[in-house]
Amino acid sequence: MTARTLPAKKNQTGIRGVIRELLMNKHLYLMMLPTVIWFVIFCYFPLYGITLAFKKYDFALGIAGSPFVGFENFKFLFAYDGIGRVFFNTIYLNVLFILSTTVISVVLAIMFSEIKNKTFKRVTQSIAILPHFVSWAVVSLVLQAFVGTTGLLNQAFKALGMSRVSFYNEPELWPWIFVVLRIWQGCGFGTVTYIAAITGFDTSMYEAARVDGATRFQQIRHITLPLLKPTIVILTIMSVGNIFRGDFGMIYAMVRDTAKLLPTTDVIDTFVYRALRQMNNLGMSTATSLFQSVVGCILVVSVNALAKKLDPDTALF
Amino acid sequence: MKEKVFRSNRIKTPTSDRILQIVIVLVITLFCVFCLLPFVVVITGAFERELNLKRFGYALYIREFSTSAFELILKDQQIPNSYKVTIFTTVVGTLLSMLFTITAAYPLSLKKVKYRNIVNFMIYFTMLFGGGLVPTYLLISQTLGLKDNIWVLIWPVMCSAWNIFLMRNFFSGVPKELSESAYIDGANDFTILFKIVLPVSVPGIATISLFYALGYWNQWYNAMLYINDYSKMPLQYLIMDLARSGDALREIAQYTGQSLNNMPGLSLKMATTLVTIGPIVLLYPFVQRYFTSGLTVGAVKG
Repeated sequence: MTARTLPAKKNQTGIRGVIRELLMNKHLYLMMLPTVIWFVIFCYFPLYGITLAFKKYDFALGIAGSPFVGFENFKFLFAYDGIGRVFFNTIYLNVLFILSTTVISVVLAIMFSEIKNKTFKRVTQSIAILPHFVSWAVVSLVLQAFVGTTGLLNQAFKALGMSRVSFYNEPELWPWIFVVLRIWQGCGFGTVTYIAAITGFDTSMYEAARVDGATRFQQIRHITLPLLKPTIVILTIMSVGNIFRGDFGMIYAMVRDTAKLLPTTDVIDTFVYRALRQMNNLGMSTATSLFQSVVGCILVVSVNALAKKLDPDTALF
Repeated sequence: MKEKVFRSNRIKTPTSDRILQIVIVLVITLFCVFCLLPFVVVITGAFERELNLKRFGYALYIREFSTSAFELILKDQQIPNSYKVTIFTTVVGTLLSMLFTITAAYPLSLKKVKYRNIVNFMIYFTMLFGGGLVPTYLLISQTLGLKDNIWVLIWPVMCSAWNIFLMRNFFSGVPKELSESAYIDGANDFTILFKIVLPVSVPGIATISLFYALGYWNQWYNAMLYINDYSKMPLQYLIMDLARSGDALREIAQYTGQSLNNMPGLSLKMATTLVTIGPIVLLYPFVQRYFTSGLTVGAVKG
């Protein structure tokens, strides 16, 4: 209490200054401590394990005792047959997801904001967001009901006189199945931000356009879309920052370890998991994660710098 | 005069606008059908007679109504047990998560905490860079020895950097005058946080609790990595296992004393899915507005 009432000396430096600050707000620092400890244990302690990327892991010797092998793990990784596909799939699938979900979210958001009937708007919006709350585990089970051998799609193909498709044997189809799943799961949810942006637009512009005889479609084309452009650009740029991170949750839940589908569905994150679980190559698995983290980190930081330049308010930091 | 022109313009809608409105309603309706289709398949599959599912596959309607899958769920130990695991991790996990999130976010929202930026960066950095799967796996399974321990479903996912920042932004919006007057009255920071700041932050707390609760409810990743014991298996991982037609089905057959071939496996899958997503779908209309408000705050302030 007494410390707080004293005017704090701004230029007090050194250990005395640190102690003074810690004591002055001791309750607040104490409050943060448990969470800080949590981050140290669960996020910072594993960083030490990154050294495994340069070691040959020996179960008996542990992380510290395992011998250094230099860049052997990386050499092995980049020599691994199909690693090119893994990197390609990661980026390719993310590009597909970003393009499809952005376009559809924007279109849906504009449509939602054009609906006149309030009840219809509220109900449909709720329905569109609902899939976001279903886990990929559940989706994987329900997906089987659609693409299985006697699934709904094959029933439809049969009714139309087309031949049966064995989805789990057709790797080329899976990127598109993923896109459909992503649209199902994410587009309704994705509209929320865009709708919030549209609601904030100045209505006087629409009034003016209406007086000049512009149709709703012309208003969308010449007012809504241009005003929405900065939001679209920023959100897209942000998602590009994560382009090197595969969606393990969705992809692994859908295809598991189906070897036949790996050529089109194996992404960095599933590869890291397989390297640990199937190949039991902990060194290479860590090396892959490290490579991904470094590239991903550079991407996120540069993308944020770009976003900050375009719009100082939207960048993450 | 001017007023009149304006008004007539407002009442008269051009034909193209009416067509546009119809097209929009159609497209939105179609999208909603697309969104609901899987839920329909789950419901019809859960109540369909197993024989029909085996013969014709899943459908969008019920051929013959049957509740045998639900009878099996009630008779069986595995699914009720997994339900308990999921409820435990969701309730206890969310409470712990909120405690850790609030106590970290509040000091971070105060300008007078001089070293808050060090902690801010420390938390932010974890969003950028992590150890990856193997170091985390070794930490949890060997150093901490949490394999087949139910707490492995809570501790490693207890704090989310994103949610802490979201909570911090909510707290930043609380008027400073409230806490300042309490300081003058001699209250300490804990009292101020719990007695003054929290009661006015209910919307923020509700939003973030929901984010955490949903995360715990839908979690299967850590169960896949660290849980082998069926008595500690959460619902979502049981679903993963059922999807693979794997050991879970055998486990259930054992519990109920049925042979695997006679089990209504296909309808059981959908019935289990139904009880898994049921609580979310039922609670959803009540909590939806919090989700959307929370998301907008997050999007605007990051």
